[in-house]
Amino acid sequence: MNRRTLLKAGAAAGGGLFLSLGLPPIARRVLAQAPPMMNAPLLPSAFIRIAPDNIITIVSRNPEIGEGVKTMLPMLIAEELDADWANVRTEQADLDPAKYGFQGTGGSGATPGNWEPMRRVGAAGRVMLIEAAAQRWGVPAAECRTEPSLVVHDRSDRRLSYGALADQAALVPVPAMDGLKLKNSRQFRIIGKPTGGVDVPAIVTGTPLFGIDVELPGMLYAVFEKCPVFGGKVIGFNSDEVGRMPGVRQVLNVPGDGDPMGQFQAGVAIVADSWWQASKARDALRVMWDEGPGAGQSSADFARQAAALASQPPARNLSRDGDVDTALVQAAHVVEAAYSYPFLAHATLEPQNCTALVAGGKVELWVPTQNPSPGAELVARTLGVPASAVTVHITRCGGGFGRRLMTDYMAEAAWIASKAGAPVKLLWNRKDDIQHDFYRPSGFHYLKGGVDAAGKLIAWRQHFITWGNNGEFAAAANVGDDNSPAGLVPNYTLNVSFLPQVVPTGPLRAPVSNALAFVSQGFIDELAVAAARDPLQFRIDLLGAPRVLPGAGGPPGFPPMPGLDTGRLRGVLELVREMSGWEKRAALAAGTGMGVACYFCHRGYFAEVVQASVAKSGAVTVDRVWAAGDVGSEIINPLGADAQVQGAVLDGLAEALGQAITIKNGSVEQENFDSFTLLRHGDAPPMEIRFLRTPYTPTGLGEPALPPVVSALCNAIFAATGKRVRDLPIDPAALKTV
Amino acid sequence: MAYSLSINGRHYGVDADGDTPLLWVLRDHLGMKGTKFGCGMALCGACTVHLDGAATRSCQTPLSSVGNSRITTIEAIGESPVGRRVQQAWIMHDVPQCGYCQAGQIMTATALLTATPNPTDGQINDAMYGNLCRCGTYPRIHAAIKHAAGNEEVAA
Repeated sequence: MNRRTLLKAGAAAGGGLFLSLGLPPIARRVLAQAPPMMNAPLLPSAFIRIAPDNIITIVSRNPEIGEGVKTMLPMLIAEELDADWANVRTEQADLDPAKYGFQGTGGSGATPGNWEPMRRVGAAGRVMLIEAAAQRWGVPAAECRTEPSLVVHDRSDRRLSYGALADQAALVPVPAMDGLKLKNSRQFRIIGKPTGGVDVPAIVTGTPLFGIDVELPGMLYAVFEKCPVFGGKVIGFNSDEVGRMPGVRQVLNVPGDGDPMGQFQAGVAIVADSWWQASKARDALRVMWDEGPGAGQSSADFARQAAALASQPPARNLSRDGDVDTALVQAAHVVEAAYSYPFLAHATLEPQNCTALVAGGKVELWVPTQNPSPGAELVARTLGVPASAVTVHITRCGGGFGRRLMTDYMAEAAWIASKAGAPVKLLWNRKDDIQHDFYRPSGFHYLKGGVDAAGKLIAWRQHFITWGNNGEFAAAANVGDDNSPAGLVPNYTLNVSFLPQVVPTGPLRAPVSNALAFVSQGFIDELAVAAARDPLQFRIDLLGAPRVLPGAGGPPGFPPMPGLDTGRLRGVLELVREMSGWEKRAALAAGTGMGVACYFCHRGYFAEVVQASVAKSGAVTVDRVWAAGDVGSEIINPLGADAQVQGAVLDGLAEALGQAITIKNGSVEQENFDSFTLLRHGDAPPMEIRFLRTPYTPTGLGEPALPPVVSALCNAIFAATGKRVRDLPIDPAALKTV
Repeated sequence: MAYSLSINGRHYGVDADGDTPLLWVLRDHLGMKGTKFGCGMALCGACTVHLDGAATRSCQTPLSSVGNSRITTIEAIGESPVGRRVQQAWIMHDVPQCGYCQAGQIMTATALLTATPNPTDGQINDAMYGNLCRCGTYPRIHAAIKHAAGNEEVAA
C-alpha cells in the first residue's frame, strides 16, 4: 500500500458503502446534459488521505470557479471527520464520476447537493479512525471520542493522532453511511467559521493554478478563427502565406459539426511554436466565409420582430389563473408597459482555453471547465472515440459565471491536437471570447396589470417574446409556469411567442432569473406606484400568508422545482426594510432615491435595497446596497458567503449600468472591455449583507443575490427621478434633466 | 533575436522577435505563469508587472522596448517589504474569488503603496482603476490596501 494513501477502505468492505447522491433538480436543469453516475457510491478513501505527520488531504470533487467550493466542500468533510483544519490540505479531483459522483459547478447546487453527502463521507472516516484506536487499545469504540485530528479514550487517559491511526483505519470496514450520526450545529468547529480560501496563498504568489498556466513537454500553441457570423462556413483561406509565417507548424481547416448554434464551429486553426507567433500569423490570415443565413441579422431587427409578434396572438399559454381580461376592466388602476433586455456575454477574465494531448487512441485534457462530464462526451463524439478514452484534469477556472458549462473549447482543442501530433494549448483572445459566447438571451416582455381600489394587485397579463427553435425554448431563454408573480395574483396569464434562434444562448449566473426578475420586480413597482402604495409593503401584501407555492414543472422524468415559500421571502423583505432605513427614505436629497426588489431562485431568498443618485447629466451613482438573504440554517463559510453576495451584487449592477451584446450584420459588435464594460474599482458601492437563519437545509449562494439588485437599482432611479427604466442597460441620456 | 532581461534580480537571455509582448516572454518563453493574459489591449490590468518599480501592462510592452529596465513580477513581489505586506493583507482579507486578476491587482497596489505609503480613498480608486476584477472583489481589495498601508478599516 502506498503510505501516502492511508485511509483506504478494504476491498471487501467497499460493497457495504452505498450513498445515494441526490442531485438537486435545479442543477439538473441548469447543467445542460444529465451527468453520468449520479448515484455513484462515495468512499471515504476517494476523498480523504491521512499521512503519518497528521497532514490530512481532502479532495474537492467540484470545479472551482471562484465560488469557493474547493474550500467549502473540504470544510464539510473535515467537520465530520473532526479534522484539525490547520493541517488540512485540499486537492482538486480529476473527472472520475465512478469515484466522486456528480462533478459539475452550476445552479448554486454545490451546497444543497453536498451538505449531507460530504458530511457523511467525513463521518465515515471518523468512525473508522475511532474503530482503529479502539482495536489498538482493546476498548469499546463507544468509549472513544474525538478532538481535532485525535482519538481520545478518557477512562485510560490515552490519545492517538489520526496520523498514527491511519494505517490501521484503512483496514476497518466502511460503516453503513445512512446509519452515521452527524453532529448538531452546536458541535460544529469548522462549519460557520470564517475560513480563508485554500488557494489564496498560491494566488497571491503567482503560482500556476489555472488552465492557461498548463504547460506540457513539447507543447504547441493554437489559435482558432471562427466566422464572425454564427454558423458561417469556410470557403477558402490563404493557407500557404500563413503557413510561411515564423513559428507556424500547421494551418488547419476545421470542419465543425454543422450545427450553427452548436459547440463545434467551423473555422481555421493555426498551430505554432508560441501563442504569440500563432496570433501574429492570424493577423495575416484571410478567410473567405460563407456567412450563411445569419448574415443580415441585427439587434434592431430583433426588436422590430418582437414588437410585431407582441401584437399577434401568442404562440403558447404557459399559465392561467382566473379571468385576467375581466379583472383588467374592473381594476381601479391599470398599467401597461413593455420591458426589454439585451444579450450578455460572460467575459470570464481567463479567456477560454484547453490543453489537449491526443495519442494512441487516448485523449487527455487539462481544462478550466464547470461541466467536465458533458465536455468529455462532446470530445469523444467530436473525435469518434469512446468516452472511456477521454481523461479530464480539472484546473482552477479564472471565472465561470455559466460560460464554462459550455465546452466548445474542449472540442476545438481536442480536434486540433488530434491533427498536431503533439500536445496543444488552444487559447482564445478576448475578441474570440466576447464574439463567440453562448449569450444570456435577450428578451421582450409586454405587460398589462391592474390594481383594485383597495390597492391590491388583481390582474397580471404578460406576453414574453423569446428565442426558440420549432416551438421549444432556446437554452436559458425559457420561463417557468411559476414565473413570479404566478400564484400570488388571482387573475394571471403568462403567454410566450418565439423568435427563431440565430444567436447561441446559454446560462449566465442566475440564468433566466437574472432577466425575469428585472421585468417582474420592475412592473410590480409600477403597479405599487399606480396604487400610491409603499413599494416594499406592497410586495409583502402581495406575498400574503406564509405558504409554499407549487414549483415549476421540471423536465420529463425530473421532480418539480421547489416552489416559493412566501414566508421566507417576506422575512428577507422585513429584514432589508430594517437594515436600509427604508421608512426614512423620504428624507433623502432630491435626485436620490431608494428602490427595493426581492426574488426567489436557486432555492435562495434575497431582498435588496439600492440607494442611487442621478445627476442632471443622467449619470447614475449607486450610493449604497443592502442585501438580506435566507439560504437556510447555516452559513457554512461566512467569508465565502459574503464574497458571493458582494460579487453577485456587483455583477448585477454592471449588467444594469452598461452591459449589452448587440448584433449588426450578423456579428457581435463588441470586442473587448472598452465596449463590453465591467464595474471598476471606484464603482463598487458600500454594501451591507445579512442572513436570516431559518430551519431549512443550507442552499447555495453563487446566484440568488444577483437578480434582485438589477431591479432594485432601476426602482431607485424611479424614486430619484420619476423616470422608469424598462430597457436595459440603463441609458443615462434618457435620465438627463433638461 | 537575442535579448537580455533583468527579471526579479536575475538575468535571462531570450531569443524572440522584438515585437513579442513582455507578457508572452514571461509566460511562454520563461515559464513564469503568474502574470496573466486578460485582454491584450491594456484594458484589464491582469498582466501588470513593474518596470523599474512602475506598474506596467506587459501585454503592451514589446520585448524590444524593455532595454535595461528592472522587471519585477508577482513571483518575486514578496521580496520587497511593501509587496510582502500587500500579499499578507490579501490573505488576511481573503480577497480572491477566482483569483485570476489578483496578480495584477497586487502589482498595482504595491506600486501605489511604494510611491504613496498612505493613500487616500481617492488615490486608491485612481490607482486601481485600470485593474478589472470580474468577480467583484473590489471592496476587499480596497480594505486590503488600507490594511497594508497601516490604515485598517472594517472590510465592506
